[in-house]
Amino acid sequence: MIFDTMMVIALCILMLAILANLYRVVKGPSGADRVQALDTIGINLIASIGVFSVLLHTHAFFDLILLIGILSFIGTVAFARFIERGVVIERKR
Amino acid sequence: MKPNNVILKTVTRVAVVIIFTFSIYLFLNGHHQPGGGFIGGLSTAAAIVLLYLSFGIEKVRENIRIDFKKLAAIGVLIAVGTGMAGAVFGKPFLFQIFGHVDLPIFGDTELASAMIFDTGVALAVIGTAVVIILGISEDR
Repeated sequence: MIFDTMMVIALCILMLAILANLYRVVKGPSGADRVQALDTIGINLIASIGVFSVLLHTHAFFDLILLIGILSFIGTVAFARFIERGVVIERKR
Repeated sequence: MKPNNVILKTVTRVAVVIIFTFSIYLFLNGHHQPGGGFIGGLSTAAAIVLLYLSFGIEKVRENIRIDFKKLAAIGVLIAVGTGMAGAVFGKPFLFQIFGHVDLPIFGDTELASAMIFDTGVALAVIGTAVVIILGISEDR
């Protein structure tokens, strides 16, 4: 019982962290700030899925953790390429 | 000036192996646990897109010599073919069988013909996703 309460408190703290990052996404002066805040939101989402699967006594979400990590990495790389050079996939011409 | 993205290329060389392994794991896992052809194909397409991102379109094209439009067509053909195989032997369309086989390393393994259908789904998803992303990237 006390363990579940601790897990719910951890989830609430993670939600607060996501809200703080969301403030940076909305307010951030430059594009790089927003991209970095979105990447951190992805990492917080991974952490909250981990806490959630402990809370639900299941290991069905563990694949999802790795998948969100991969997708967040690829999305951040694509955004970084777009900010830096204007094209995402470069080609010779 | 030539751009220097050695960190991205090195990280990609390590990460692509892990993503391909993970997608094969997801693909083989689909019968008993979360996973399957669709998500396995999507994560494979994610790895291919990561290769395109860090190495450019020409270098990947000359190393992975696959026409992804043809790959999507072959996937749909395989998926329809498993259904037709059921119809040929006097069963309903998309009838699936399974059986236990003694494989050399794995021992007693349950093999299902739904696996071949899943292979077709995975190939169709890989082909479609990569073709869509490459088509979007041609911006001018």
